Amino acid sequence: MGRLNVTLCGIELDNPVIPASGTFGYGHEFAEFYDINVLGSFSCKGTTLAPRFGNETPRIAEAPAGMINAVGLQNPGVDAVIAEELPRLAQCFHKPILANVSGFSMEEYAAVCQKLDSQPQVGWLEVNISCPNVHGGGMSFGTDPAQAAAVTRAVKAVTAKPVIMKLSPNVTDIVAVAKACEEAGADAISLINTLMAMRIDLKTRRPVLANTTGGLSGPAVFPVALRMVWQVARSISIPVVGLGGVSSAEDVIEMMLAGATAVEIGAANLVDPCICKRIIEELPEVMDRYGIDNLRDIIGGAN
Amino acid sequence: MKQSYFTVVENTPLTDTVVRMRLRGDTSAITRPGQFVNIRLEGRFLRRPISVCDVEGDVLTLIYKVVGGGTEQMRQMPVGTQLDLLTGLGNGYDLTEAGPNPLVIGGGVGVPPMYWLTKQLVAAGCKVTAVLGFNNGSEIFYVDEFRALGAEVIVATVDGSVGVKGFVTNALAGLDYSYFYTCGPEPMLKAVYRAAEGEGQLSFEKRMGCGFGACMGCSCRTITGNKRICKEGPVLRKEEIQWDD
Repeated sequence: MGRLNVTLCGIELDNPVIPASGTFGYGHEFAEFYDINVLGSFSCKGTTLAPRFGNETPRIAEAPAGMINAVGLQNPGVDAVIAEELPRLAQCFHKPILANVSGFSMEEYAAVCQKLDSQPQVGWLEVNISCPNVHGGGMSFGTDPAQAAAVTRAVKAVTAKPVIMKLSPNVTDIVAVAKACEEAGADAISLINTLMAMRIDLKTRRPVLANTTGGLSGPAVFPVALRMVWQVARSISIPVVGLGGVSSAEDVIEMMLAGATAVEIGAANLVDPCICKRIIEELPEVMDRYGIDNLRDIIGGAN
Repeated sequence: MKQSYFTVVENTPLTDTVVRMRLRGDTSAITRPGQFVNIRLEGRFLRRPISVCDVEGDVLTLIYKVVGGGTEQMRQMPVGTQLDLLTGLGNGYDLTEAGPNPLVIGGGVGVPPMYWLTKQLVAAGCKVTAVLGFNNGSEIFYVDEFRALGAEVIVATVDGSVGVKGFVTNALAGLDYSYFYTCGPEPMLKAVYRAAEGEGQLSFEKRMGCGFGACMGCSCRTITGNKRICKEGPVLRKEEIQWDD
């Protein structure tokens, strides 16, 4: 194994760098900028059972050191993902991906996961119970430990692939939600999704986003995400995938010291399309600077 | 699409709020008028999308309006500033359907992308009529530059201080044209859509996240399905447009 290799739920990654869902489409936009096979893996755009247009626009607002989005899970639906997006992805990416799944009911989560379970390109199912931008679904499953556990069980019942439950930071006690998922059979936890936020336009005196509120991401949220990864990682025994504002090789190492086995990079991809490639290239030099021989040795090192 | 560094070689005010910036760099990814670039600014998280006004060799011309903190920061930039640009974004205008005498219609900051389009249409042998709309005489820019390209230019101002009084649509009556191309604020696009005869292409503006198709921040519905303004747009054909209201 090389210096950057890590193992996530039994699948070996060349490095821990994984573009986060919703910031990397289905991969091919980025393949125009670089060979995306340098990535450890990537998490595809959140997929639901039926096609969704998502929220009305504006869906994007700027924030100090970050951005707020309220896209609302726009996606072509799982059948189109399987019929069109995955074959297109196969032309530019040859490693297992995290298939990110969203839903508005237990049945929908299970149905989407069941369809994706048969896809050889899918290495892990990342189940999003934390989208702050849709109503009657998404985050409501991730704010109650009992509901989070129920979604976990529903998904585990229909798939043999490792299940990563993606948690919301918009809760009082994220450790309780993580533990509930672990007890229900989750293979890993990823966190954090975005923090609920909003902006108001001073000229119109109205919210900037058509959805009124959205999710804050970017460097602004990194210390919050790091704290939650640290809290969760020391409280459970399954792996943690850390994300939230990660923008540099140093941030990746910090997340891993907090307890992350792998690290997702989100908003940074949207402003710097080559950032994941650059982070992977810079990691060995930054590891040298801090006396790190192998990344897998530092996971949870601060705990 | 390409990410590369450009150097500011000119940053000249054209009016109180409109500025022309020229940059030198690798323009090879910019293939069509109507495309845009996305500019990274120090201290701002999101890039600023600006339409391409002209490309001559390795010199890129942008004309932008100062509307907020980001564009104000651009106005202050001295010659020699290095900027990180994503270039070759968006589909741009399709010139193949222009016919012998196309009409180009630009309003306000929708005027700049019509300049390179007009230049290419003239070079292709078209007889171009350009209708350029502004709020008032003090906001007019680039009329002489369009005339220098060989276009017949009609100016419209909302306050009537120069040219036809009213909106660009008030200047369309009686014009004979084979096809139309337009860019401007959405109310103007809607008015042109209703007033202009025949087929044409309209360029839209929307608040964007990434500018290259990854975030789904700027999606719109069309007759032919959902489109990303930054990727399958910003130029849409008249027949595929589906207005939200």
